[in-house]
Amino acid sequence: MKQIPASLLTLIAGIGITLISFWVGQHHNLLPEQASEQAPLVDNFFNVMVTIGTGLFLVVEGAIVLFIIQFRQRKGDESDGVPIEGSFSLEVLWTSIPAIIVVGLGVYSVVVYEQMGGFSLSAHGGMAHGHASVLVAQAPGDAAVTPLISETTTPTEPTPTDAPQYGIGATPLEGSQAADLVVNVTGLQYAWIFNYPNSGITAGELHVPVGKDVQLIISAQDVIHSFWVPQFRLKQDAIPGQTTELRFVATKPGTYPVVCTELCGGYHGSMRSEVVVHSPEEFDVWLHENQIAQASGVAQTVAVNPVDLTPSEFLAPYADALGIQSEAIASLHSHHS
Amino acid sequence: MTQTYLPTDAPPEQPQPTPKVWKWYDYFTFNTDHKVIGIQYLVTAFVFYLIGGLMAVAMRLELSTPNPDWLDPNLYNAFMTNHGTIMIFLWIVPSAIGGFGNFLIPLMVGARDMAFPKLNAIAFWLNPPAGALLLLSFIFGGAQAGWTAYPPLSLITAPIAQTLWILSIVLVGTSSILGSVNFVITILMMKVPSMKWSQLPLFCWAILATSVLALLSTPVLAAGLVLLLFDINFGTSFFKPDAGGNVVIYQHLFWFYSHPAVYLMILPIFGIMSEVIPVHARKPIFGYKAIAYSSLAICIVGLFVWVHHMFTSGTPPWMRIFFTISTLIVAVPTGVKIFGWVATLWGGKIRFTSAMLFAIGLLSMFVVGGLGGVTLGTAPFDLHVHDTYYVVGHFHYVLFGGSVFGIYAGIYHWFPKITGRMMNEPLGRVHFALTFVGTHLTFLPMHQLGLQGMPRRVAMYDPQFTAINQLCTIGAFVLAASVIPFAINVIWSWISGVKASDNPWNALTLEWTTSSPPLIENWEVLPVVTHGPYEYGKDNETLKGLEEAAPAI
Repeated sequence: MKQIPASLLTLIAGIGITLISFWVGQHHNLLPEQASEQAPLVDNFFNVMVTIGTGLFLVVEGAIVLFIIQFRQRKGDESDGVPIEGSFSLEVLWTSIPAIIVVGLGVYSVVVYEQMGGFSLSAHGGMAHGHASVLVAQAPGDAAVTPLISETTTPTEPTPTDAPQYGIGATPLEGSQAADLVVNVTGLQYAWIFNYPNSGITAGELHVPVGKDVQLIISAQDVIHSFWVPQFRLKQDAIPGQTTELRFVATKPGTYPVVCTELCGGYHGSMRSEVVVHSPEEFDVWLHENQIAQASGVAQTVAVNPVDLTPSEFLAPYADALGIQSEAIASLHSHHS
Repeated sequence: MTQTYLPTDAPPEQPQPTPKVWKWYDYFTFNTDHKVIGIQYLVTAFVFYLIGGLMAVAMRLELSTPNPDWLDPNLYNAFMTNHGTIMIFLWIVPSAIGGFGNFLIPLMVGARDMAFPKLNAIAFWLNPPAGALLLLSFIFGGAQAGWTAYPPLSLITAPIAQTLWILSIVLVGTSSILGSVNFVITILMMKVPSMKWSQLPLFCWAILATSVLALLSTPVLAAGLVLLLFDINFGTSFFKPDAGGNVVIYQHLFWFYSHPAVYLMILPIFGIMSEVIPVHARKPIFGYKAIAYSSLAICIVGLFVWVHHMFTSGTPPWMRIFFTISTLIVAVPTGVKIFGWVATLWGGKIRFTSAMLFAIGLLSMFVVGGLGGVTLGTAPFDLHVHDTYYVVGHFHYVLFGGSVFGIYAGIYHWFPKITGRMMNEPLGRVHFALTFVGTHLTFLPMHQLGLQGMPRRVAMYDPQFTAINQLCTIGAFVLAASVIPFAINVIWSWISGVKASDNPWNALTLEWTTSSPPLIENWEVLPVVTHGPYEYGKDNETLKGLEEAAPAI
């Protein structure tokens, strides 16, 4: 020990901790697979935080372990330690380093948030590319932002005054363009109902094409629910009385869980569904088949009151699987009509 | 090595005969002595800790399988709600602020009692009925909307139980406000004149910051809860969306108190840490001023971070960003404290007493909890893990690792002063080992559960999470077992432990200058402060002339 200068030991320890931190940051394997355009952004951000966190963890915990071994009371030694009361320069150092780190993380989180689409909710119109601070107000004639909503008027979709105020909107890549596909999502105890306003399809699980810009207009029927797809890294509460939105591009075909994360009652834990990400061709097939099956059903329920299929009847098979009552579904529809 | 000299001829060792010490039955009366009230708080809180702990064990047992097997999901939610409520409002806050605060503050500032002794007693006696109301609510199904009680769920589920729950919290909140007023006045006005502000023990600084925070934030919670009460019982519609109410407003009112509440829980613990570590490391605290100021900084910044609980709720983008930054900034004063304690260890002569083991255990776990907290404070990442087991893991690291360890450390440290008897050290070490292992085993895997996709507050979950959940359940049993050696230790030591001297740890704060247990009115003659509370290792310079020279270093 005596021959090696302390600064050299510190240097070696510093390099070692840095290497370990970087390795842990890249290899922690804690996150599920990535299936949306937002997922890599969030994961890279998390990896940076894991890297910094591992470094700080090793330094602080290492110091604690080192000190309690090195400075333990030896047998028979009843004396006191060295009366050091403080060190201004050291205190400035360990105040400023965390301050720099957290400000850096704050700035990074704003960048990530902007790239995810956090600043461009459809209610506020489009946003200039790449500038988090510039929110361009929506011109009165610019209703093209949400064309799929305003063009059609099926009873279950929100009116234009319900334009979402909260959530994740279009990413800078998508700009102020309208989404390729709009789906109305309704949370109710204890199920998610997905309604495709253009085609009148209502389903118990979400089907989306891969690589397409999807906008979910989320509302809640009874209590607060929260829509989460872990593989998309996206979550937004479904709030009674308000609409929220999530906009994403699914990047990987497959079936992923839809989880409700806001306590919504006794069977909150069973409020699970699925999002199926299809290839574009598969999606068209799915859309077509369901359109035919439901053509005389849900879409025209209110207008023609068909005798052959009420919404509750249609949803009965789902209701069994989801543990919900048909009255609940009926009330959902009556609420919107 | 006492901190003060008594300017009388009476030798302090002479036992004061009889009626100067309280009898056991005094603890069941409306007693106005701050020490009695402190013990009343501590014992009551511990009873609730056991009740809340049993609820936690019941939940973990349920979660050892993916399906709801033996607990009805509604009962599970009632347990979950009341576990959180009890642990926060009837265990950590009352024991840390009410228990330690009441027992120690007058002793530490050299006062004979709190500023308003009767108010103090009233503040305590609001707690048992609050706890009773909470337990009574189980007859009506128990409140099931989580400790956050978000409407509309809290409006439609078990309304009578929810009403009792609200009344209970309002009682506890009132108690907290009354207690806070008392602490602020006691510290500001009743400090012995010979004590400079720079000689005020850090625990007092922490309680001062806590009390100010409680006074600023608690009324807001009360407002939110009273409006909720009106909505449930009297047909108003503050939070009913179908009648023009707004459910997000409640969340703002709730979190404006309930985020500061975590500082209400942790600041007194930080104070305990700042007392325990210097004594058992035999070192002055490193950076007294920085630690005192950081308490005040946490108190102020802590008021402006509440929306980080609502990132996924009805929160506009600017708010998500503003509160990301303010939340991250709280990490700085907290880090200052942690670094200060670690630096206090450096160059010490560390005694591994049970109190010190718990203090070091807290230090090591709070680092994990704090780092997890920084990740949660950033809006983009919080969108992924909000309301998942990642959050559950994080706040149990902070609140179990951070608060409960601190309360244990405080009990082992001040038990000789409180009861006049020493606790059993080997049993204390068993207690520490079980608690430390149990905490990690229970709460570390939860981080992974949350990241992978398990939401919180569920009685049933996706079978892919079974293995990790069973690990957590095993950990919960270890934690439950850890209470047994502690309870045995406390009861047995209190009855027939080794008699403690007035100052068994050779500590320098004022409470150690009186007898153990302290007399009624604390001192025969009020002490005179001659030096700071943490001047360990400086005996030769500062204390010379007051006593025979201490053994040289």
